[in-house]
Amino acid sequence: MSETHSINSEVIPPPYTGPEAFVSDWSSDQTAFKNVAWGKVMMWIFLVSDTFIFSAFLISYMTVRISAVEPWPNPSEVFALTVFGEKIPLILIAIMTFILISSSGTMAMAVNFGYRKNRKVTFILLMLTAILGASFVGMQAFEWSKLILEEGVRPWTNPMGAHQFGSVFFMITGFHGTHVTIGVIFLLIVAAKVYRGDLEHARPGFFTGRKGGYEVVEIMGLYWHFVDLVWVFIFAFFYLW
Amino acid sequence: MGVHLCIFLSLVREIILEHENQHPIGIYLKIWALLFILSALSYSVDYFHFQGYLRWSLIIIFMMLKAGLIIAFFMHMVWERVAFIYAILIPPLLLLTLVGIGVLEGGYTFLTRNIFFGN
Repeated sequence: MSETHSINSEVIPPPYTGPEAFVSDWSSDQTAFKNVAWGKVMMWIFLVSDTFIFSAFLISYMTVRISAVEPWPNPSEVFALTVFGEKIPLILIAIMTFILISSSGTMAMAVNFGYRKNRKVTFILLMLTAILGASFVGMQAFEWSKLILEEGVRPWTNPMGAHQFGSVFFMITGFHGTHVTIGVIFLLIVAAKVYRGDLEHARPGFFTGRKGGYEVVEIMGLYWHFVDLVWVFIFAFFYLW
Repeated sequence: MGVHLCIFLSLVREIILEHENQHPIGIYLKIWALLFILSALSYSVDYFHFQGYLRWSLIIIFMMLKAGLIIAFFMHMVWERVAFIYAILIPPLLLLTLVGIGVLEGGYTFLTRNIFFGN
């Protein structure tokens, strides 16, 4: 978003497309990533490292599932819910998916309204995102307790088939749920900053003397969309496969 | 695939750079609707009990489309400079090596388990 920040007075060459642009930016003076706030670069680098963590989980899940001798429990049946006497497969997981996608939508709009300096709408959208995120965590807690208490799934065993199912499930969804929880806390902090007008007046935050601008909302948004992105992969590989 | 994504992104960039200064809110609503449709489609893959290669390829296609839309528009990748896009999207391609190793290792373990512990 070029309207946000031109941090240094360096002349920024026009964006070519393709490899030439890559070479010219990387071989230029001072900064390789022109027009990108440093906080945003740092968040992206963190997200790339987080990509490797989640990928390590998903790839070990793949390895464990390929090597399992007993049949893998069918997630479609394990996560089915009985609603009004009818058994609907995966329904809770589908609802959770829609909720997370909606929260990503409200987040994306919050970023946009932030750059328009519309404090009120940004605050409302951020709070809406936080509420959707919190309800996602709530549904996950429901799902976990149903699996642990009613179905007897444990990390080391389960009655439905391959024992590895439990450890993979708790590891992957637990790690993702932790990310969502941290994201909700992070969202509430950013929402409070927006509400108080800290970002407009570039008041420093409480962890740092760094002055904040509306790119803080965008950085928050990157984290939140990443959490949604990881869920896309978990949904496909763990629940649907 | 990542390389294709990069080419795709730089094509979309040229179209989108026109409203660089203020993205209209409509873009986000459209992407949101698309993500809803794609999620519904991937859920219906399970609901209608597709099996085998059809199931797996549909799951992967819908997953890649959703991931691409989220990265491209919600995470603003189409509006970034090429230098940044390459720096972020190319390193994760290394993971394909790990996938390859995992497949080999998993197959080998399955084989030895069947030889030594099978009936």
